[in-house]
Amino acid sequence: MTYYEEDDLQRFSEVGKHRPDLFEKFMTWYQACQEDGALSRREKALIGLAVAHALQCPYCIDSYSQSCLESGSNMEQMTEAIHMASAIRGGASLIHGLQAHKSVNKVSM
Amino acid sequence: MPQALPIVERAPKHLRAPISFEGKLAAHGIELRASVVNTLQINVGKLCNQACKHCHVDASPTRTEIMTPETAEQVIAAVQKFRFATVDITGGAPELNPSFRYLVRESRALGSHVIVRHNLTVMYQRGQEDLPEFFRDHSLEVVSSLPYFLEQQTDAQRGHGVFDKSVEALQRLNAVGYGMEGTGLALNIVYNPVGAFLPPPQTSIEADFKYELMTRHGISFNHLFTITNMPIKRFLDYLRRSGNEERYMQKLVEAFNPTTIEGLMCRNLVSVDWTGKLYDCDFNQMLELGVAQSLPQTIGEFDPEKFSSRGIMTGPHCFGCTAGSGSSCGGAVAP
Repeated sequence: MTYYEEDDLQRFSEVGKHRPDLFEKFMTWYQACQEDGALSRREKALIGLAVAHALQCPYCIDSYSQSCLESGSNMEQMTEAIHMASAIRGGASLIHGLQAHKSVNKVSM
Repeated sequence: MPQALPIVERAPKHLRAPISFEGKLAAHGIELRASVVNTLQINVGKLCNQACKHCHVDASPTRTEIMTPETAEQVIAAVQKFRFATVDITGGAPELNPSFRYLVRESRALGSHVIVRHNLTVMYQRGQEDLPEFFRDHSLEVVSSLPYFLEQQTDAQRGHGVFDKSVEALQRLNAVGYGMEGTGLALNIVYNPVGAFLPPPQTSIEADFKYELMTRHGISFNHLFTITNMPIKRFLDYLRRSGNEERYMQKLVEAFNPTTIEGLMCRNLVSVDWTGKLYDCDFNQMLELGVAQSLPQTIGEFDPEKFSSRGIMTGPHCFGCTAGSGSSCGGAVAP
């Protein structure tokens, strides 16, 4: 069994079957976030792609890969965005090494 | 234009019904009719020095269907009689047709603005080395395909080595004045997606091309036109081979934008093929979808009165011209 199915992305609106009012609020907010503002659509699509990789959401990766292409980004730019997400994830793990140091120091002579 | 998220507009696959273009127009209360015909688009045939993966003409070096001198004379007779404001010459690589220079000279002498759809690499074919000077001497508008400002994407679509040759060709066009300020020689670039996705906003990708081509290669040009890949011929074959056909068609249908209708190229042009037969556009030509049966069928019988306000023949491929910001030979048609 494949847990994530590609076609499920197209069924997202079914989540709104229960508490459609909440789903509608989410969609209004979500769509407003996509619009050109202080950041361009292209920049926002690259952020979306980076976050999608950080969260490892297959639906978001599909969706934002397309959005990046359709807003004019190329694979070099998209790959840099993915590296940014990965680097921050890696750094976030690594900085916790200090917690380990402190924890070890606390019980060490 | 706000872009709705496709994921909430899609019905489950099992509930989807085929949507006809005519049905979509009717749902929006639109009747697609021509206005005044001011452009004659001449497709001189399928012969080309390239064989691009997205080509809607299925053009290649092995194709033999090209316009004869007799048909070219009939075309020029029509230009003389009806004084088209614009003559738009395409192919294939139109320069490879022996009648190409005749069509240009005569159309210019008759006062038409002439556009050549130039693939950049054809100027490296034997006997075509003087094309930049020929274009300049006849004040042609040059519209050239360059799908991306990077080698990888361009060669993936148009063939190995095409990018480098295209860059050199653009530099040669710049050298004779094309795309340079104050010369009046227009050099426009056509962008089309290298794959099954819609083009980015035209103004945004034009700015990227201008910056990248100038910075990397010292190239100037006037405008960039975004054109959507049409789901016909070689691009349709690609969609099917890659399993993208249904998704791409769905994307086009969902992105239908009624404000594109006003600016569709079929409303102002008539397209003539290498045999002299008439069509509402170059895409219909490749699908052999001729003009309405009630209209004259050949360039020799063309009548502008009858073609103005004619009903346009349509099919599912027309969703390609109405998706998002729209698509035409002159690029996007809606903001």
